[in-house]
Amino acid sequence: MNKQLDENYYHKLLELQQLDFALIELTLYLDTHPNDLQALQQFNQLAQQRQQCAMQFEMQYGPLMQFGHSYSKYPWQWIECPWPWQV
Amino acid sequence: MWIYEKKLQYPVRVSKCDPRVARYLVEQYGGADGELSAALRYLNQRYSIPNKVIGLLTDIGTEEFAHLEMIATMIYKLTKDATPQQMEEAGLGPNYVIHDNGLFYNNSSGVPWTAAYIQAKGDPLADLYEDIAAEEKARATYQWIIDMTDDVDLQDGLKFLREREIVHAMRFKEAVEIIKADQGTRKIF
Repeated sequence: MNKQLDENYYHKLLELQQLDFALIELTLYLDTHPNDLQALQQFNQLAQQRQQCAMQFEMQYGPLMQFGHSYSKYPWQWIECPWPWQV
Repeated sequence: MWIYEKKLQYPVRVSKCDPRVARYLVEQYGGADGELSAALRYLNQRYSIPNKVIGLLTDIGTEEFAHLEMIATMIYKLTKDATPQQMEEAGLGPNYVIHDNGLFYNNSSGVPWTAAYIQAKGDPLADLYEDIAAEEKARATYQWIIDMTDDVDLQDGLKFLREREIVHAMRFKEAVEIIKADQGTRKIF
């Protein structure tokens, strides 16, 4: 592993996983309840929050996604450990 | 298309090396009611299901791949430090000889995954009832694996997956109602 995984890494990752969990739940719910305005507002609000959270995580720990959905510092960070099953 | 995200859906922790439980977990990796079957089943059914539920099948099918990665992580963590002797004692001797510590899509008895596990009838209600049954079967399997271990860290991840099966089954039941209502209105016109 070429990166020090501090407590903050796990903390930030969990924060993102928590936001994503709410978003997955809302996504599936909205798939069968498309007219629930309150759920939709909650979804959009959390989606914005998620974007901020993911951006901060990536600044510190490298890209979460590829094919142009995340930025990279030099040298190309995508191939760096840890991969999800290594943490 | 699909975009990979470099993180697990939910944290996976194990508190000890335990190839015995890893062997049971393989059932949810390459078994009939496992996560691979689930993902391929739903994503494949999308092409013949009415438009109103394509989104749901796409999203649940995608989430199943995240679950597949969680199961793989559990198996990886439970076996990475195991000696060949420990693998053999857990009944994973033949697996070790063929694959070393490599993962393989088979069930807990070593039977390779087959497309015969998944159905596509083209009939939306038949397909959705199949999906509901699959979720319930996966939920039951998770419960049985939870009962087979005293590792609370592992149980935590397994309980998360068990709960997801319940939510998926619930959404599929709603999809059945959506399709029934749709078919009803079509008759009136």
